[in-house]
Amino acid sequence: MIDTSAPLLSVRNLKKSFPIKKGVFGRQVGAVQAVNDVSFDVAPGETLGIVGESGGGKTTAGRAILRLIEPTSGSIKFEGRDVCALDTRGLRAIRREMQIIFQDPVSSLNPRMTIGAIIREGLIIHKLAQGAAADARVKQLLEEVGLRKEYATRYPHEFSGGQRQRIGVARALSVEPKLIICDEPVSALDVSVQAQVINLLQDLQRERNLTYMFIAHDLSVVEHIANRVAVMYLGKIVELATSEDLYREPLMPYTQALLSAVPVADPAARKERIILQGDVPSPANPPSGCVFHPRCHHPAKDEACSRIVPPLEEKAPGHLAACIKQPPTIVSWEQQQQAGGVRPPERYLPIAAVH
Amino acid sequence: MTDVKTTTEPLLSIRDLRTYFHMGSVTARSVDGVSFDVGAGETVGIVGESGCGKSVTALSILRLIQPPGRIEPGSVIAFEGKDLVTLGDEEIRNVRGNRISMIFQEPMSALNPVFTVGDQVAEVARIHAGVSRKEAWNRAVEALSLTGIPAPGDRAKQYPHQLSGGMRQRVLIAMALMMKPALVIADEPTTALDVTIQAQILDLLVGLQKQFGTSILMITHDLGVIAETTSRVIVMYAGEIVEQAAVDELFAKPHHPYTEGLMFAMPHIGRDQERLNVIPGTVPAPTAWPVGCRFRERCPYSWDLCEREHPPLYQIGAGHISRCHLAIEPERRNHPHPPLVVQEGAAA
Repeated sequence: MIDTSAPLLSVRNLKKSFPIKKGVFGRQVGAVQAVNDVSFDVAPGETLGIVGESGGGKTTAGRAILRLIEPTSGSIKFEGRDVCALDTRGLRAIRREMQIIFQDPVSSLNPRMTIGAIIREGLIIHKLAQGAAADARVKQLLEEVGLRKEYATRYPHEFSGGQRQRIGVARALSVEPKLIICDEPVSALDVSVQAQVINLLQDLQRERNLTYMFIAHDLSVVEHIANRVAVMYLGKIVELATSEDLYREPLMPYTQALLSAVPVADPAARKERIILQGDVPSPANPPSGCVFHPRCHHPAKDEACSRIVPPLEEKAPGHLAACIKQPPTIVSWEQQQQAGGVRPPERYLPIAAVH
Repeated sequence: MTDVKTTTEPLLSIRDLRTYFHMGSVTARSVDGVSFDVGAGETVGIVGESGCGKSVTALSILRLIQPPGRIEPGSVIAFEGKDLVTLGDEEIRNVRGNRISMIFQEPMSALNPVFTVGDQVAEVARIHAGVSRKEAWNRAVEALSLTGIPAPGDRAKQYPHQLSGGMRQRVLIAMALMMKPALVIADEPTTALDVTIQAQILDLLVGLQKQFGTSILMITHDLGVIAETTSRVIVMYAGEIVEQAAVDELFAKPHHPYTEGLMFAMPHIGRDQERLNVIPGTVPAPTAWPVGCRFRERCPYSWDLCEREHPPLYQIGAGHISRCHLAIEPERRNHPHPPLVVQEGAAA
């Protein structure tokens, strides 16, 4: 059940930059804008998908929200509480309610600890249970994620990738969080095992009314699990819409290219695709104006795109996109002309991008 | 791309390939009796999950299996009139990188970090064509430009860490195509790449294949990559081929329950599905393949025959084979049952 009356998580103008240092004295010579002015809300019970390619900033955004890395600026509100203003004790308390599941189920579990001890740790730290009560809770959690309770005495190396990811889920659930940030939780898994873990996450969400932020590069997995999807490119959200709208009518040319690039498992449906030229530019030196303009295929692209930073604006009800060439836009044609624009905005939706 | 080429003499013909790893008292039968052909100019895909034996099959073709692994006697890999299994070390080196080359998944670990990429591409020509340093360098720059690397002359002077993942994969493709090989084995060539870069690389491979008529053996876990690049598909499970068909036929009429399961376990954009289909359980260990059908415990159709008899590859249609007893009792497909294996994740 999605409750839209008040957001569970509210992120405003989040920025995270990493300094680039050079020489023996570590002089700062530049900065990588990993997350550059990102704002969004997540409603209770909702799954917000975050997609994009490497270097897009999706993992950094996820970790900055938990303050696993300190944000450079911006505000993060969880149930109205300002996460950025919390001291160590407050942060520990709030992390009980916000958990994370990592991509790599091998390196995220301590090889020297038994599965039971790994899951128990959270219960002890947050004083939720101890002794026999904690043991019973561990067994219950293992069964809830579809593992046998006898597994509590075993070590991580005794499990397959899919089972380890279930252990990661059990650990996150142990403290009864409201929000779980899933950072590429299934991308290291085989297709058949991936489906098992996705179904598990969906079942748990339904039973416990969990809220997910689901970070992934696999667009078909995100479409399956998310209610709304944010597309990130070079540290910015370039499009944000319901899953249905985004996949049916992608408006930002980057989203269009991303969708058209997904290989379709149906030889009868082979289609033309938008092949982007070149690589993702370095986030240390992002292009001016619209960060996507050097690779953009929008027919109305012109000089204005390299001068004007496109606002993330509403193009249709609940559908935000950052493109001054997709109407409607608050950047008027006059303003675009003053910035060297020669082609007026026109709606563009290539067949190759539509699924 | 979709027409299956029929040549009288296949370029590569593998018969009963068995690659076993002997580890003390146990033996992992990673590739266990695999036979297939690749025709000249054909793109054949091998699809399967981790541990099915697809990568070991690829490494066996180039004889890159290290002890305790061994290609068992009786295995045949016929290529251009030679049996690669029994070829001497010197001769197999002449085949590698020259007549058959390989593109690996992880371009960073396949390149040497202390040499420029130009030197590494040029080395292929120096070894296999015996040309001068200067000539080799020129050929390297030419090969790099063929793969769409902008300013190839400048890029050739750079080191691997200075290039992006997609660029590094282009360098590997340039190395692989340098000697105009008859066969390129691509082992998960785009798995480590972002989706828009993957599209560029697949586009490039398909284009170069058309241009030079090279055969490609495409090894991947991704059915999307298979559907978009290959003309014939081999599905592997537990060290064996379980199904083989022309790509259109396989996707339209998958026969083996494992193939069927894989196709439905994948989320598809635009398909409204509440829950994903799941293949319960996990792949068995290669040290102890189950008797009878190796997929039996995870299969919704299995019956007593599947436990008693290891299924042969049945002929299903023209060029379509499947290792499933449903071929002789097709009506059982209408009566699925819960698989024998305990379904992990079904609790809660």
